[in-house]
Amino acid sequence: MRTRHLANVYRLGVKELWSLWRDPMMLFLIVYTFSFAIYTAATAMPDTLHGAPIAIVDEDGSPLSSRIVSAFYPPQFTAPQMISIGEMDRGMDAGRFTFALDIPPDFQRDVLAGRSASVQLNVDATRMGQAFTGSGYVQQIVLGEISEFTQHYRASSVPPVDLALRARFNPALEKSWFGGLMEIINNVTMLSIILTGAALIREREHGTIEHLLVMPVTPTEIMLAKVWAMGVVVLLAAAISLNVVVRGLLQVPIEGSIALFLAGACLHLFATTSLGIFMATLARSMPQFGLLLILTMIPLEMLSGGQTPRESMPRFVQDLMLLAPTTHFVELGQAILYRGAGISVVWKPFLALALIGSVLFTLSLRRFRGSISRMA
Amino acid sequence: MSDAAPTVARLQGVRLRYGKTAALDGVDLELPAGRMVGLIGPDGVGKSSLLALIAGARAVQDGRVEVLGGDMAQKRHRDAVCPRIAYMPQGLGRNLYPTLSVEENLQFFARLFGHDAAERRRRIDELTRATGLYEFLARPVGKLSGGMKQKLGLCCALIHDPDLLVLDEPTTGVDPLARAQFWELIARIRGGRPGMSVLVATAYMDEAQRFDWLVAMDDGHVLATGAPRELLARTASRSLEAAFIRLLPDEKKRDYRPVEIPPLPADGEDDIAIEARELTMRFGDFTAVDHVSFRIRRGEIFGFLGSNGCGKTTTMKMLTGLLPASEGEAWLLGAHVESGDLATRRRVGYMSQGFSLYGELNVRQNLVLHARLFHVPEAQIEARVAEMLARFGLQDVQASLPERLPLGMRQRLSLAVAMVHKPELLILDEPTSGVDPIARDNFWRLLIELSRRDRVTIFISTHFMNEAERCDRISMMHAGRVLDSDTPAALVAKRGADTLEDAFIGYLLEAGGGAAPDASAAAGARPSAPQPARHRRFSLQRMYSYLWREALELQRDPVRATMALGGSLVLMFVIGFGISLDVESLRYAVLDRDQTTLSQNYALNLAGSRYFSEQAPIADYAELDRRMRSGELSLAIEIPPGFGRDVMRGDKVQIAAWIDGAMPQRAETVQGYVQGLHQQWLAEQARDRLGTSTDSPFGVEVRFRYNPDVKSLPAMVPAVIPMLLLMLPAMLTALAVVREKELGSIVNLYVTPVTRFEFLLGKQLPYVALAMLNFLLMSLLAVTVFGVPITGSYPTLLLAALVFSGIATSMGLLSSALTRSQIAAMFFTMIGTMIPTVQFAGLINPVSSLEGVGRLIGEVYPATHMFIISRGVFSKGLALHDVQANFIPMLLAVPVILGAAVALLRKQER
Repeated sequence: MRTRHLANVYRLGVKELWSLWRDPMMLFLIVYTFSFAIYTAATAMPDTLHGAPIAIVDEDGSPLSSRIVSAFYPPQFTAPQMISIGEMDRGMDAGRFTFALDIPPDFQRDVLAGRSASVQLNVDATRMGQAFTGSGYVQQIVLGEISEFTQHYRASSVPPVDLALRARFNPALEKSWFGGLMEIINNVTMLSIILTGAALIREREHGTIEHLLVMPVTPTEIMLAKVWAMGVVVLLAAAISLNVVVRGLLQVPIEGSIALFLAGACLHLFATTSLGIFMATLARSMPQFGLLLILTMIPLEMLSGGQTPRESMPRFVQDLMLLAPTTHFVELGQAILYRGAGISVVWKPFLALALIGSVLFTLSLRRFRGSISRMA
Repeated sequence: MSDAAPTVARLQGVRLRYGKTAALDGVDLELPAGRMVGLIGPDGVGKSSLLALIAGARAVQDGRVEVLGGDMAQKRHRDAVCPRIAYMPQGLGRNLYPTLSVEENLQFFARLFGHDAAERRRRIDELTRATGLYEFLARPVGKLSGGMKQKLGLCCALIHDPDLLVLDEPTTGVDPLARAQFWELIARIRGGRPGMSVLVATAYMDEAQRFDWLVAMDDGHVLATGAPRELLARTASRSLEAAFIRLLPDEKKRDYRPVEIPPLPADGEDDIAIEARELTMRFGDFTAVDHVSFRIRRGEIFGFLGSNGCGKTTTMKMLTGLLPASEGEAWLLGAHVESGDLATRRRVGYMSQGFSLYGELNVRQNLVLHARLFHVPEAQIEARVAEMLARFGLQDVQASLPERLPLGMRQRLSLAVAMVHKPELLILDEPTSGVDPIARDNFWRLLIELSRRDRVTIFISTHFMNEAERCDRISMMHAGRVLDSDTPAALVAKRGADTLEDAFIGYLLEAGGGAAPDASAAAGARPSAPQPARHRRFSLQRMYSYLWREALELQRDPVRATMALGGSLVLMFVIGFGISLDVESLRYAVLDRDQTTLSQNYALNLAGSRYFSEQAPIADYAELDRRMRSGELSLAIEIPPGFGRDVMRGDKVQIAAWIDGAMPQRAETVQGYVQGLHQQWLAEQARDRLGTSTDSPFGVEVRFRYNPDVKSLPAMVPAVIPMLLLMLPAMLTALAVVREKELGSIVNLYVTPVTRFEFLLGKQLPYVALAMLNFLLMSLLAVTVFGVPITGSYPTLLLAALVFSGIATSMGLLSSALTRSQIAAMFFTMIGTMIPTVQFAGLINPVSSLEGVGRLIGEVYPATHMFIISRGVFSKGLALHDVQANFIPMLLAVPVILGAAVALLRKQER
């Protein structure tokens, strides 16, 4: 009897694979999300600072001030717009520039005389990305120019303590490493939900689910078949993408064991494919499934720690997201792929995923069984 | 006004292609006016296409179509005659709106034709009284029976007194009583309006017998025309069905043999294959099947005859175990039916309504899969599949996908699949609907062979009378109840009727089926007020009609309504918390190998910062490595031995700091913090210990304007609101139009006087209102939950949001004009809104930082300006005069995008 169940699960799964193979849209989606999407996500991560618009009010008109002006140039900044003090507020209000640097009158004279003098930097802090990193750059550039200008006048009196800063796991802090791998993690989640959900809805729309149900197969077999078939497809696509696109094309070194990561992905897929089935039983049609997908995917991705650090989210969001499989998958993915962690380090997320997966599978199966009579 | 000419429509050399297939292939026809003209022929021969061309719903591709004295290819003529034509498309209530009530549907159509409130009331009351729908005015259309839906469709078509009534298979799937009543109704209406021409397509040959004039069609050609009697005489046949088969070209009827039914062997009376006792199925308070009982002998062909929705399918599903019965019991092959009983299932074959095999698997794969799932022994599968392919004539197509096969062949494949495990019992739910007469007869020959030769019991449901006549015994079903069961001949005899159909009608009348119409009120008989004849360019009433309907539909669709109201709030929460660039309470630990007061002082310096949260100290390198790998620590500081001593001496010392670089953005911020804290410590040290001041006489004084704490939320929220205000309304509006395309109610745009602009605007305005409501909720959320204050003029922002909602919904309309399916519309809208908004409109980096095409898109994309206004009002304290320059491009965008949508939307199907 058991072998018969297994044989049914296997055959129904193979049928799923055939269905997928003959669905060009889905194949395109799989290929796209695991190749181009990964590549663009990796390469399109914004550089630290690019083309930041800056305006300068030069009230001094001295050699020092023109030296400062000429220190700002593309690609990090735009060529500075020279404006009058009166234009500054309006320009900032209209968002024409992110930075406005005001060099006061007699600045060079005061600096050389050792009198306290300061340049004022106005930053449009509604543009977080540029404001934050950019203001540091501007300060460094201005101070550097002034120091160089006044170098031979002064000596340092600070203690000789150096800070040797090193970034581990990604020494040059290359964003493509992060972007590429996180995109894989996200796409594993997204595709597994879409594929299983769409497979179930398609069967329902074509009336084939009814057909299956009058045959000697059980709902559990039908669901397990979809879970394994779609899981294998996504797993395979992720493995290929990891090796070919990420390691090959993007030249991202992977610290840890890919096998361990894929083992984690298996557990994750168990949870997400179950979730896909669950959502497909909620939605009555493909468009409804699409709307539901948008509402689920965005929180799952954005709050899992894969986009921004979890620490900066409010406590209740962090706690709530412990229930989501993506949080644990992102955690183990980052630990294994970037930091080369072994199972002794990441057993906790593994355990959490197994738990969440079992709960989701049980819930979905119950709902699937319950809704099956309404579907047919 | 009425057309006195002898012909109502004239077609010359009309051709119509859908992609590669030709639906109409050179049709020449002259249809007489003032008559009841019938188009006969099986499904897919081009009847519907021809009717759609005549009604103006489909654009003329090739040839000339003249209706009511003008060329239908000319827009001016179409506009002029469209109020004189009424069109009822195929499918039960396909142009009606299921969530709206009968009254609301009628009001909608009456408004489109420009009647005032009193006139609408008068016409609706008159028509519904005449059709017996008056009592059901408040009932949602989705809950009407098939016959009632068709009557309502007719009412909607007649609400404007047309001169030409075009009906596409109005009675398919409707019970015979309702059908008879429908034709009576038409006859009465024609009696009241003798000038009216009626053009009907039908698949029932028996009803065509009563028409004035017939057009027999096959394969996009006209086979013959003439009065029914002429056609019978010409082919020397007794029935129209036989006449039609004789009219077919030779190569089609070559293999045709009439169906002959050998009598059922009399033995085995007690050998019962199926028994049902008091089977009942309730869905909520609706009883779909009401105490149904029957016994079916082994080898018998037992038919279930009844209209759509009478409970045939539900009964079959209960027998197969698909649905657990609410009450009653059933036995299949002596075994009690329980859902989950796998052993009995192996002895039963089931063919569900419509085609339901895997379209993605080819013919052979379908057979093999089903054989395996039914556990045909692996060794026998090959032979079994070959046998099925041969028996059902499928050898030549075994590698094709089912979707590419003609309908008749697909039906045979379904039967082959249901038979692959050699079941003793076959349950077939309307297996022949939509199949042409020859294929249907071939199919029946197979069934008879299975029954008589292989002794397979066949339980079949149908709504064709001539099929029911072929069964050994039938049950007549209506409204969930079995009216009577017996052999067809006995049933006819019992009622003393001429035909099975008359017998059925007799039973139905006895059961009180079908509300008797008020015969005295002949609808449309009274001459009514003349039409507003001139076609006006823009009618507020027509636009309002669509607006009102859309609003009602939205209100009654819980998923879309929830998405529309809750979606943006959920997403705003998520994005507000998710896109946070703030870095706070980073976990760090110190490996202090010096353990002097000075080294502790250094560590303390970090602990005092709000950005960092200290963890237990690190003991050695191995621990440092492990804790960093697990992601526990984002930062590890190592203070070397002899640190305190060396600093005192003034020797060079180095503190090492390791940052987790896995998330580069965060790492960069951490770097900045650590450097800053280090400098701060140095400065303190210099002041305290060395007594010198490190205050630089020159410096850069940084003012973070508009957001002095440089927090993420005040920066993100004003940008998230426009983003959501664009994405969701655009998607919902797009779905609203494409849904009509998918469901078929778009045909009302094609054949009523409503213009494209009225249609789009009517669809758009409810979503603009919804978007504004969303905007109010989102700004409330921003101020209360997120604590982002509005520093500028809120009315300005409100105005901008209104214009922007107009843009967003227009974009949705534009993408709906370009797409056909809801999925495509969703994709298209996502791509059209998300990508430009996130990448090019200045969400993260300002447009002025972009280059090339991205810059160009950013400059013109409306979201760019909305971001500036939103940020200006929220954070920068601006008012209308500060941002008026940004209003201009937004105001321009509305007519441009809406205009494009109007231009791309078609007023006819192509």
